[in-house]
Amino acid sequence: MSNILHTPDPAALRLGTMLPEPFVVVERNEETADTFTLTLCPAGEGAARSFEPGQFNMLYAFGTGESAISISGSPEKTEGLVHTIRRVGTVTSALDRLVLGDVVGVRGPFGSPWPMNEARGRDLVFVSGGIGLAPLRPAILHALAHREDYGRIVILAGARSAPDVIYHEQLHSWMEESGVEVKLTVDQAGSGWHHHVGVVTTLIPRARFDSSNAIAMVCGPEIMMRFTAMELARAGLSDDQIFVTLERNMKCAVGICGHCQFGPGFICRDGPVFRFDRIRHWFSQREI
Amino acid sequence: MTTDPPVLLLREDFDALIGALERRGYAVVGPTVRDGTIVYDEISRSDEMPVGWTDEQDGGHYRLKRRDDAALFGYAVGPQSWKQFLHPSQLRLVKADRDEKGGMAFSDGDDGEPARYAFLGMRSCELHAMTIQDRVFLGSGAADSHYERRRRRIFSIGVSCGVAGGTCFCVSMETGPAVTDRTPHDLALTEVIDGDRHFFLLTAGSDEGREVLAELPVTMASEDDRAAAAERVDRAAASMGRAMSADGVRELLRENFDHPRWEDVAQRCLTCANCTMVCPTCFCTTVEDVTDLTGDHAERWRRWDSCFTMDFTWMPGGGARQSAKSRYRQWLTHKLSTWHDQFDSSGCVGCGRCITWCPVGIDLTEEVAAFRESDPQNPKSPAP
Repeated sequence: MSNILHTPDPAALRLGTMLPEPFVVVERNEETADTFTLTLCPAGEGAARSFEPGQFNMLYAFGTGESAISISGSPEKTEGLVHTIRRVGTVTSALDRLVLGDVVGVRGPFGSPWPMNEARGRDLVFVSGGIGLAPLRPAILHALAHREDYGRIVILAGARSAPDVIYHEQLHSWMEESGVEVKLTVDQAGSGWHHHVGVVTTLIPRARFDSSNAIAMVCGPEIMMRFTAMELARAGLSDDQIFVTLERNMKCAVGICGHCQFGPGFICRDGPVFRFDRIRHWFSQREI
Repeated sequence: MTTDPPVLLLREDFDALIGALERRGYAVVGPTVRDGTIVYDEISRSDEMPVGWTDEQDGGHYRLKRRDDAALFGYAVGPQSWKQFLHPSQLRLVKADRDEKGGMAFSDGDDGEPARYAFLGMRSCELHAMTIQDRVFLGSGAADSHYERRRRRIFSIGVSCGVAGGTCFCVSMETGPAVTDRTPHDLALTEVIDGDRHFFLLTAGSDEGREVLAELPVTMASEDDRAAAAERVDRAAASMGRAMSADGVRELLRENFDHPRWEDVAQRCLTCANCTMVCPTCFCTTVEDVTDLTGDHAERWRRWDSCFTMDFTWMPGGGARQSAKSRYRQWLTHKLSTWHDQFDSSGCVGCGRCITWCPVGIDLTEEVAAFRESDPQNPKSPAP
């Protein structure tokens, strides 16, 4: 038998088997017309899973396929995995057909987390576009649960229109917290909208934070993150204070299917959360 | 790894090697002729090998030709590589079953016992390709159990090349033509035909290799025999069909993302994915989910995929790489540049398959040379 140069880590080998575990839908909430939130608990004796803010799971709809979905619940609570999902393709449409008691397959959690440790003692600036608020929510909930560890918390959330704002009630409840600033904006406002109008980057100059001692976490469409990074730089943040989370087609989530390559990185393994200075070279190119 | 002195096995005793491997429970896979090409398949006798055949290779060109001797290894690599056995093109990953109560159970879809293969005739570039895939599938941060359970069962017999193909450039990539201790192997052999004498020099590269050698009717190799073998490998090294200066190519491609040459090659590239299918290091896969007619039994299959397809980067908002230019750029930049970032080596072993099997003869050595000659990042070179 030929020597294998690398002796794989047994824990990683188990991940490599690609076997999902069954989880039951225990709660379902409608967020917007095309977005819903599922809370999943292990079926049978399966163990609950802890995760870090920013990580994702691969959710398997029976016979249809898997989709990479960020975890959007509180990292403090391990009793249920919360996933906010937008119905955009075959798998997410199949997940949308799930009702309470239905079973899905879960692999994960995978990927790099938001820099909650590095951000200790600093102001936090969260900037989201649309459903981009979902991967940020665990970081926000963690910061609120450990309020003394962080400075000011600024949440800037953009959406296309008022009915597209997810976690609407929770955003309003966060507005009541001390030291927390929440600003909402939509591209198109109808009557009854009392917040801002325009792209989310316009909120950055209006928010109060100490740019010399802040960490920004950004999630949204790539174009939005590009302009947000520019605006944050204008506000005084350096590239190593900015973190973004990237999305690509993924099949394996363990760095071997090749689909989610982004320059030298595998988004599933090296990301999805990246410090901006580390991907800037690639982020500025088209069709990476 | 120690370097044992080579021993000599006569051509007429070569089947003893196959027999010894079979006795140890290995299915012997080696080169054989099929459909006008040299492919790897199970063999039980040396006369099933490409006796007296060689090949003619160039960009988009492959022909078998007769040699004027009865060499067993007188050709370069064909369209297949050994990855098809370690990283199968189709593999059932998961079986999923749903019961009447809606419960779901998952089991390993790769549940058969993988064959124990003896790979007879791995070229040095192919041994390098296997160590590269070892890093891809089993290196830090990754662990593909499917690859691992196949990989650890194999017995490898390397062959130092006596001829170079028209698209070979292993000398440039420092991956051949001689099998050396730089890559793990159980046995290494060199074929020598000198007048009426036809023999193989064998060295063991592992304890199991030594055990196999001990079962063969071998004799000590003389200085002259060793010199004759070395001379043949030197001749192969001196007759590489292609060359590519690998020096600085990692930076060259990384810094030339907007180079007009990408448009130029995209005009020729059919994005057919042939280069990725024949490449011994390309590893990308997709998955396909299927159910039976009852709807209660589903399977996930993994299949080879290619960064040249439109689907590869598909997302609901549109594919990340829609132009042919961006897809060729991804492949070449990954192979020669970002592969270093990911796996600490080039992804290219200089086997030349991507050149030979490209239907329009796109030649990465030519493309790299074109970037080098007109590197806008390098003021010393002429402008594009």
